[in-house]
Amino acid sequence: MYGKGLRALSIATIAVMAIGLGLVFFYAPLDAEQGFLQKIFYVHVPLAIVALCGFVVGAVMAIQHLRTRDSRWDLRSYVAIHMSLIFAVGALITGSIWAKGSWGHWWVWNEPTLVSFLIVFLLYATYQPLRFAIEDPERQARYASVFAITAGAFVPMNFVAVRLSTAYLHPRVLGNTSNLPPRMALTFVTCLLGIALLYATLCMYELTAKHTRAQLRALRRLTDVPAAGGGRLQTQPRRSRSAAPTLSSTTTMSARTAGRPGA
Amino acid sequence: MRRTVGALLRKELLVELRTLESVPGMTLFALTTFVVFHFALNRNSIDGDLAAGILWVTLLFAAILGVNRLFVADADQGGFDGFLLAPVDRSAMLVAKALTLLAYLIAFELVAVPAFALLLLGPPLGQALPGLLAVLLLGDLGVAAIGTLVAALTVRTRARDLLGPLLALPLLVPIVLGAARASSPLLSLGRPGALPARWLVTLGLYDLLFGLIAYALFDFLLED
Repeated sequence: MYGKGLRALSIATIAVMAIGLGLVFFYAPLDAEQGFLQKIFYVHVPLAIVALCGFVVGAVMAIQHLRTRDSRWDLRSYVAIHMSLIFAVGALITGSIWAKGSWGHWWVWNEPTLVSFLIVFLLYATYQPLRFAIEDPERQARYASVFAITAGAFVPMNFVAVRLSTAYLHPRVLGNTSNLPPRMALTFVTCLLGIALLYATLCMYELTAKHTRAQLRALRRLTDVPAAGGGRLQTQPRRSRSAAPTLSSTTTMSARTAGRPGA
Repeated sequence: MRRTVGALLRKELLVELRTLESVPGMTLFALTTFVVFHFALNRNSIDGDLAAGILWVTLLFAAILGVNRLFVADADQGGFDGFLLAPVDRSAMLVAKALTLLAYLIAFELVAVPAFALLLLGPPLGQALPGLLAVLLLGDLGVAAIGTLVAALTVRTRARDLLGPLLALPLLVPIVLGAARASSPLLSLGRPGALPARWLVTLGLYDLLFGLIAYALFDFLLED
């Protein structure tokens, strides 16, 4: 079930991103005030939007996990948040470059969106340490889901609170696409779609990799083959502690019922 | 539910009265921090934004000391197991712990806020007091809700002393923001400004939402 359609998805992502970049450089008009610098907007804003949506998607997956107790939902929640964190780093870096270009400073405190984004990022940066600090996989998954839901609900609340603090100082200009010229809007939507597809593709790749690794581990346990790599002789593959969720062998294969031959 | 909460609350307060583990530590920490701020800022008196900021940062960090200790006895000495064996609603523990934390916060602020006025605050506290009490109460409610959830989430992890503050601080940023903005006009020199209702409403809504989130999620933390 994992890995299906990955090639089509990858090709679609590359195509849409290529079209998006083409539109950015050859179709979208130069901004009257900011000139060429404004083009970072087509990368920065989609990255931020997709990262935030990813956090919320992670929370929805976590709700599903708490409702069904299926560890695959926990894996999806983990992957969504993990990938969103990477996108969030990208959004912070591009935002910082944009701030340096247009305001002359690497960081601007009176831009509420940027500040709320940093707070959200700092909160989610504790997601993996939290997972890493809990050894029992079942409890790790449950606690991580509670965290993901709390943090997912925090995202919109935090944005409202920080926005309130500067609402009367800075009117929003680039808030929505309706006041963009149509050529800019088309480019922006294409880029947003491209980044969203990139997010989905990367998530699918990570899910597939995690799933394959779990299946491999289950198979190894069935056949009792020593762990490959390094040539160390050990009868059962020793798992290193990890922040990533582990699919229990029952969800991947019926290894638990078969049991290890040595046991 | 009410009787359970009452019994748990009584137990918590009794334990705190006998061991004096949290509130004296929080109070002392706040007092020391005021002294540190005096030297760090090289100012004898402060007012306005700066006063509100320092007051709330200090209260927050002191509160985090209490948050970190909130469930430690339950996790280490079998309090959770005992509670889970009893045929009572699990949310009772959340309510009781949040009320306990609220009581800690109120008790330590009874000392820390007058001490702040004595040591650092320029304008007299009396004129700001009625408004400040409302802000303190709303802030404490939020800290109690978020702190209890975070404490329950981190108490059974390795490195819980590290993870607790790391998780709690970003979640508490909107509270500091609202509370500091609301109390800054109260603490300004000259005629104190009006209490900004906008911030009180924001604080109240944030408290309410996080109270509901904690109530919805707490059961899942107590399952083993």
